[in-house]
Amino acid sequence: MTSLPTTTERKLGLVIDLDTCVGCHACVVACKGWNTVADDGAPLSDVDAYGPDPVGTFLNRVHSFEVTPDDGGAARVVHFPRSCLHCEDAPCVTVCPTGASFKRAEDGIVLVNEDDCMGCGLCAWACPYGARELDLAAGVMKKCTLCVDRIYNENLPDADRVPACVRTCPAGARHFGDLGDPESEVSRLVAARDGMALMPECGTKPVNRYLPPRPRDVTSDERLDDAAEGSDRPSGFLGWLDRMLEAL
Amino acid sequence: MSKPAARPSPPVSDEVRQTTCYMCACRCGINVHLDGGKVKYIEGNRDHPVNRGVLCAKGSAGVMQHLSPARLRAPLRRTGPRGSGQFEEISWDEAYAIAEGWLRPLRETAPERLAFFTGRDQSQSFTGLWAQAFGTPNYAAHGGFCSVNMAAAGIYTLGGAFWEFGQPDWERTKLLLLFGVAEDHDSNPIKIGLGQLKERGARVIGINPIRTGYNAIADDWFGITPGTDGLFIGALIHELLRAGKIDLDYLARYTNAPFLVNAEPGHEDEGLFLRDADGKALVRDRATGALCPFDTPGLRADLAADLRHEGVRHRSALSLLADAYLSDRYAPETVAPTCGIEAGRIRALAAELARVAFEEEIVVEQPWTDWKGERHDRMIGRPVSMHAMRGISAHSNGFQTCRALHILQILLGSVEVPGGFRFKPPYPKPVEAHPRPHGTARPGQPLDGPHLGYPLGPEDLLIDDEGKALRIDKAFTWEHPLSAHGLMHMVISNAHAGDPYRIDTLFLYMANMAWNSSMNTAETMAMLTDTDENGDYVIPHIIYSDAYASEMVAYADLILPDTTYLERHDCISLLDRPICEADAAADAIRWPVVEPDRDVKGFQTALVELGARLGLPGFVNDDGTAKYRDYADYIVNHERRPGIGPLAGWRGPDGEAQGRGAPNPDQLRRYIENGGFWIAHIPEEARFYKPWNAAYQDWAVKIGLFDAAQPFVFNLYAEPLRRFQRAAEGHGDIQPPEHLRARIRTAFTPIPEWYPPYEETAVDPDAFPLHALTQRPMHMYHSWGSQNAWLRQITNAHKLYLPAEVWEAEGFREGDWAYVTSAHGRIKVPVARMDALNGKTLWTWNAIGKRRGAWALDPDAPEATRGFLLNHLIGELLPPRGDGMRWANSDPVTGQAAWFDLRVKVEKAPPGPPTEPAFPPLSSPVGRGPAIVRFGEEFK
Repeated sequence: MTSLPTTTERKLGLVIDLDTCVGCHACVVACKGWNTVADDGAPLSDVDAYGPDPVGTFLNRVHSFEVTPDDGGAARVVHFPRSCLHCEDAPCVTVCPTGASFKRAEDGIVLVNEDDCMGCGLCAWACPYGARELDLAAGVMKKCTLCVDRIYNENLPDADRVPACVRTCPAGARHFGDLGDPESEVSRLVAARDGMALMPECGTKPVNRYLPPRPRDVTSDERLDDAAEGSDRPSGFLGWLDRMLEAL
Repeated sequence: MSKPAARPSPPVSDEVRQTTCYMCACRCGINVHLDGGKVKYIEGNRDHPVNRGVLCAKGSAGVMQHLSPARLRAPLRRTGPRGSGQFEEISWDEAYAIAEGWLRPLRETAPERLAFFTGRDQSQSFTGLWAQAFGTPNYAAHGGFCSVNMAAAGIYTLGGAFWEFGQPDWERTKLLLLFGVAEDHDSNPIKIGLGQLKERGARVIGINPIRTGYNAIADDWFGITPGTDGLFIGALIHELLRAGKIDLDYLARYTNAPFLVNAEPGHEDEGLFLRDADGKALVRDRATGALCPFDTPGLRADLAADLRHEGVRHRSALSLLADAYLSDRYAPETVAPTCGIEAGRIRALAAELARVAFEEEIVVEQPWTDWKGERHDRMIGRPVSMHAMRGISAHSNGFQTCRALHILQILLGSVEVPGGFRFKPPYPKPVEAHPRPHGTARPGQPLDGPHLGYPLGPEDLLIDDEGKALRIDKAFTWEHPLSAHGLMHMVISNAHAGDPYRIDTLFLYMANMAWNSSMNTAETMAMLTDTDENGDYVIPHIIYSDAYASEMVAYADLILPDTTYLERHDCISLLDRPICEADAAADAIRWPVVEPDRDVKGFQTALVELGARLGLPGFVNDDGTAKYRDYADYIVNHERRPGIGPLAGWRGPDGEAQGRGAPNPDQLRRYIENGGFWIAHIPEEARFYKPWNAAYQDWAVKIGLFDAAQPFVFNLYAEPLRRFQRAAEGHGDIQPPEHLRARIRTAFTPIPEWYPPYEETAVDPDAFPLHALTQRPMHMYHSWGSQNAWLRQITNAHKLYLPAEVWEAEGFREGDWAYVTSAHGRIKVPVARMDALNGKTLWTWNAIGKRRGAWALDPDAPEATRGFLLNHLIGELLPPRGDGMRWANSDPVTGQAAWFDLRVKVEKAPPGPPTEPAFPPLSSPVGRGPAIVRFGEEFK
């Protein structure tokens, strides 16, 4: 058993806009590219990389699914990026037998100390979100670090001190910040757009938030009036045109 | 890893080198991080005009493409039979000698017996120059099987089109309509733009049979039936005309709407404009009643003119357009069943377009002066914009559909205005300012001019006195007169048939014609391997250049191995397909951020060498020595016109000149210092109304986009089309063959008229009741992605998606497989249900299915056992009509491959792999990829 901090100074996390995400997987690959070369830790391996059943480690994946409204409206497709939600009450930490999994008191990021990880997989089993992946080549648990090696990195320009997925997202659907500060940009976005916690019923108190898709396919019976009423010229349009040109 | 520091600051890399991405055709700026001289990490360049720091999945996976196990390692000579994949490695000297041995006699006797087609080439201004110097008329890139309908309709209507020609005014538009756009070439800019629109609360409307990607986030979705977009757009125009919601001031000033069209039935000039002695089109001045040249200052052009001139009736182009579109044929109620869209929704969309365009107009407080000298106090914008791509263009009625879309934009006054659709330099450029096609081959001589161009009438066709095609792909013939990008999809088929003639050497670059880039793939492979009565190959020699062990490699006799995109020089040139923005001219380079570790060369460098060996003009000095050391040398020192070269930045001896200036030996270093690109911003006053804005025209001349101002008006009415149509009616000396007359009369209407796609009329709609389409996944670029260990994990198998109606009617269940049959062939594929889909349409992802043994993948990779191509269902020829003719499955105007006309039926098949047809595995010239990839280990 590993204990969680009772409170954290900040609650760093992601806000993901499901209204804007086009499902392009840019975040998935930028995450892989950054984290596989990360200074510490084993690479994110790809087993059977060119074979029949490739299995690689990804810290972030996008799922796409269809939603058909109950009212018989048009079906929709939702793209849903999924990574660690950095829960306040993270069951993956408390279940860890070695103390390898931990949640930081300073910013709330949930990390794995690979030296202490024995690859038992209990944390992945405990996570209701499926956000952890055991690296098959290294035998250690991998998960989103919120790019802890970017966000404070003095070797990077200020603008780049954000997670790789946020920096790369072409549609601007991913936001990073302190969700513990009600005045932060991410908190305001959550308030303005009714941001949701994922599966709150699990009681894990996730930090990340999802902004739901805005209403779609709102029907309208708007209709243009006929401009050529009462015209005596053929096709009506030409009479209207004549009148308009005279008035110009 | 011990517990990380609270605020870790690990070093990122030793060095960052900035170049241009080539994971697709979007051409984003990238920062390539190197560590110990090796590529470690790739991210977007924040300063770059195309992607402004962001990068898509493909771009971020560039390192795995750079390290792909499928990379070719040295020149290859075929040792086994064609199609086996058996090769031996040879030296470059041997490779050049073989190529020279085949090509030199052709140049000396019959240059047209070389067919040189360059696929997804981004250096067409260079490869075209080489082909021109060689003297063969048979050159083009892949535009004919991609989106030439979009490009040509844009040029003939607006003087430019979408993507690299123009863009929505992302900052200001309030309503964006996306027609037939899945993942686009303009990948990141569209995503950035959609994000901006969402942030501002602007509305996005998707018109697409399939609701994926961009259409999934659209506020409103019209799941249209394929091939009917022209009718749908026609109904929107019908509604706007009926309600008088069109921009009359814009039409009178900036378009040929007031031009006087000869409307005398049977008259020799019927359908042509009334012109003065200088050839200038005339309009009626409403103030005086006089006929004046259209560009007379102070004119009040009469859009409603209907008059007799010398006894002959003439009507304004706009009134003819109104006749066409106010017809009941385009009433929303009429088109609704064909389009699969309710009439009420079409009416509501028209009303929304009108409301946003005319009631929510936006104003930029910027005075400007038009080309007639009239000063305008401000810039008024109609914030409705549109974007379209292959979904509407890859049909046999695609050209006219694309034209109709541009007409809709013009009627709303929303082109080149704030909030509307904006051009990127060097566009717009009137069709008259583009070249005409050239195709006269002479032994030992260069071609008589550039290959590709825009015909203005039958006299510009590339046919001989008997009407026979000069080009192997029959571009610019009566079969497809305006085939501005050529017809790459017909080259192998025509060469095999010896129609219009036999060739000796087929030279291809970066075009996977033995797989996903050909219609009728199985028969294409058979044509490439077919032998004559002597046992010789019908296509005697095939040279291919590719960086990777693609399917096409196996079908060539000689392979010139290309580099990866991080190992090469390139220029993304204003002479070619530039990276300009609506507010700026820009170009860019690639440069070797790392050196190749294999015996490979950038293809363009190999061409420079081959050109010198063959003594091609422009590639050798007067003394016969090579003019350029390599492609980099060409990029810096080639001048197309005096002072104008491939790159516009840092010209002149001191590097201070922009656009025009003598070659600067230090130019590439300056590009590298600036992050790999050059950008010149358009002055404030010149940013909108580009075709008519004096300040823009002056700026464009100053930086060398053109040599004299060339203001022009948009073509609501396309007179060049009418010239072809007149010929089909029997006018003029150059006459189409009898069997094509009716089709030209129907397809070349100067005002777009919708007609059903050809395959639909050629097959029994009851036998083949469904449409079948493909879309490109956002994380793949055509065939390239599957060799990439990261990208193939996102998608390595795909299914054919069936709408609920079909799924239930046929009793399909999860895990089922199906036979899909067209008039041309049958495939066996796995299927899945999808509801966000037009009810008559099946679809799948393209770019996934692979031939066993290709791309260094395991022969049992899912790409080969469960992946598939729809290409087997699509003929390059339409089903025979019993007239003995070979009718291309292409647009009759441009020759664009009509991929999306496909009609099929679907039925249950025994479940389980492999997909059918299944082909024997290829031998791999590069072996297979490693079992485990631990990329990153070397940097720890």
